[in-house]
Amino acid sequence: MALTRKPETKPAAASWGMAARKIPWEYAAAPESTDHVRIESEYGLFIDNAFRSSRPKATFDVINPATEEVLARVARASKADVNRAVSAARRAHDTVWSRMPGSERAKYLYRIARIMQERAREFAVVETMNSGKPIKESRDVDVPLAAAHFFYYAGWADKLEYAFPNRRPSSLGVAAQVIPWNFPLLMLAWKIAPALACGNTVVLKPASTTPLTAYLFADVVRQAELPPGVVNIITGPGEIGMELVRHPEVDKVAFTGSTAVGKLIARAVAGTHKKVTLELGGKAANIVFDDAPIDQAIEGIINGIYFNQGEVCCAGSRLFVQESVYEPLLDKLKDRLSTLRVGDPLDKNTDVGAINSAGQLAKIAELVEAGIAEGAEIFQPDCELPTRGFFFRPTLFTGVSQSHRIAQEEIFGPVLSVLTFRTPEEAVEKANNTPYGLSAGVWTEKGSRIFKMVGAMKAGVVWANTFNRFDPTSPFGGYKESGYGREGGLHGLAAYLRLDGAA
Amino acid sequence: MATARRNQVRRPTTAKRRASRSPLLEARAAAPLALRNGTAEAGERLGVRKTYKLFIGGEFPRTESGRSYLVHDATGRLLANACRGTRKDIRDAVRAARKVQPEWAARSAFNRSQILYRIAELTEGRRDQFVAEVRAAEGVGLQRARRLVDAAIDRWVWYAGWADKFPQILGNVNPVAGSYFNFSIPEPTGVVGIVAAEDSSLLGLVSRLAPVIVSGNAAVVLTSESRPLPAITLAEVLATSDVPGGVVNVITGLRRELVPHLAAHMDVNALDGFGLEPASVAAVEDAATENVKRFARPPNGGLTGYDWLSEQAQSPYLIGEFLEIKTVWHPIGV
Repeated sequence: MALTRKPETKPAAASWGMAARKIPWEYAAAPESTDHVRIESEYGLFIDNAFRSSRPKATFDVINPATEEVLARVARASKADVNRAVSAARRAHDTVWSRMPGSERAKYLYRIARIMQERAREFAVVETMNSGKPIKESRDVDVPLAAAHFFYYAGWADKLEYAFPNRRPSSLGVAAQVIPWNFPLLMLAWKIAPALACGNTVVLKPASTTPLTAYLFADVVRQAELPPGVVNIITGPGEIGMELVRHPEVDKVAFTGSTAVGKLIARAVAGTHKKVTLELGGKAANIVFDDAPIDQAIEGIINGIYFNQGEVCCAGSRLFVQESVYEPLLDKLKDRLSTLRVGDPLDKNTDVGAINSAGQLAKIAELVEAGIAEGAEIFQPDCELPTRGFFFRPTLFTGVSQSHRIAQEEIFGPVLSVLTFRTPEEAVEKANNTPYGLSAGVWTEKGSRIFKMVGAMKAGVVWANTFNRFDPTSPFGGYKESGYGREGGLHGLAAYLRLDGAA
Repeated sequence: MATARRNQVRRPTTAKRRASRSPLLEARAAAPLALRNGTAEAGERLGVRKTYKLFIGGEFPRTESGRSYLVHDATGRLLANACRGTRKDIRDAVRAARKVQPEWAARSAFNRSQILYRIAELTEGRRDQFVAEVRAAEGVGLQRARRLVDAAIDRWVWYAGWADKFPQILGNVNPVAGSYFNFSIPEPTGVVGIVAAEDSSLLGLVSRLAPVIVSGNAAVVLTSESRPLPAITLAEVLATSDVPGGVVNVITGLRRELVPHLAAHMDVNALDGFGLEPASVAAVEDAATENVKRFARPPNGGLTGYDWLSEQAQSPYLIGEFLEIKTVWHPIGV
């Protein structure tokens, strides 16, 4: 923790590789207003379109990671509550939702998308307050994309027969969906939109630190007048997620989170009839060739690893630079890194906000310490950090070798490891040398090289001359231990349909 | 399925009992190998028998364990001493598969298509041999055996045709909201373990193997335990069909000894458990989670009554079960 909080003295700064790189100008504060947002003091579980206390009644606090202030108390679900929620979803699936014409389901989903757009600013502010992500990201990325997902899948609801030739698709039943804290609303949309479009009903468990936009979404469900039980949201610790996944009445499990938990979930459903999709960790390689458009690449590298404080499963956390451009690129990268604004997530100028929790901050700090201990050279810009809240300086390591923990383990924080390569073959070899395979980046002006590299990368998403782009029409998901199944696009439908019936 | 269960459970036990009761050689002498006919006493030419071996990396080694087990026909007559493969054989097979898989995947779809078609051609050439072996293994009549073998040949032809078409069915161009060209292409998932059907010795195996390798995967096949011989003869076809060595590896032996190791192997990307007994699925799927393997389950209730001859036993979506979808973004600009 000392690593992030203490203002470094000059000698210490030198040892951290802090050059005299300071932003040569000052920004005036530009805080987003929060007065139009109402956060209830307490949220119950959302079951059958009503907020209900857990049984027995138990709650836990949800905080703002940028201020450590309590935002609300939310219900802590019990096993009995899991049963209630799954029963509600089962009833809604069997009696209403799966029987409704797809064209009607579509109109409900369009309603949801529209209401989310109408309430976009409210969602963005609450998302930022609860997750710590910069308001410009929640405002320009998370919320619009979440609404777009509902809009996209709404259109599929009455066209499913066209998606899978020679098949008559049908719904699976009740979907248990467990989502992480890094993109709380966007992950909710990735899960709920295709599930509902395909005629399934859902029980969603948001991460315990970030449930507020999910409960705000519950209000959207009520405004849209969805039939009770179609969308149910329960909150609690990881064990409750496991209870939900294990529930015998659940037909589909969708999980986004760590590879370690993903494996536990895969074990929990082994031997059952449940269809599973897992979107797990990553350690993406971002490969820069000597003929790359360097200024664009710098922006892509920065966006790749410091977007959402690096708390992104597909973050470009391993940068591979061709040796011949290593020095000029690194110099520019350090300059750019030093202009990042770290601080109040609600400030519209902020580039890097708060880490989501004290636990995650400690994990990042621990891995950064390991990087130093293993002999990598650290660089952090000399920026002020707020005195309260969970903040970490954007960090860059050079002199990293393949075997270092910071090159192998998913840090899930604003920490970039820089490595070098000489030949394309070496880049491929190093990039693929990880159990993960979620995403990758390639930077070069040579078209044929892009396609060669794209083919060689063991990764589910490859960004060429760009990074961290997302769209509802674009499938997302990993190779190897980054999980299986795809979310988004036509492929995202397959995860929520039974396809064994011939047309 | 009753038959399958008997085969799986009783046969090894019987073999073990025989082995312990009397010298193995004695048991073998008492039961002439049904497929190795010809007797000098009757003045006929003495037949040349075939040793059924494993198929690893394009070669036919014996199991490294040096052990074998008895394979009987449907009436209980001894057919052969099959290799009792081991964990080490599986490791060798996975290594061979991993080594050749990138090269196989890099072949043009047209080339893979022709090679699968070549498998059909050469299987057709050995049609009588397969019919005899399937009859002996499965205890079916001549007409039924012919139908099963013909269907297996036709299945290779059917999948051969998919090699350069499934990417057009299972891939997309995605109209993203932004100035990017975005497309999704299917790629083989890598090394795929296949637990073949226990009952359907040839057609069941071909029906699961063809969709795995047509896309560029390499396979490690555990054959039917009680009916392994047609799979080895299929391996002889594969060895002469321009399929690169290691793309298909065939291991015979006892499932209880082999399946757990294949399921837990950290360099296997996917496991086709379609041929598993329902009772064993949970444990096998559990073992497969350690490296997040893609896992295909058997149908509800197992393969009892499953009709391998039907249309539902072949599907481009089956190819899709052993694919990864890769999505590529590139900016559009000048």
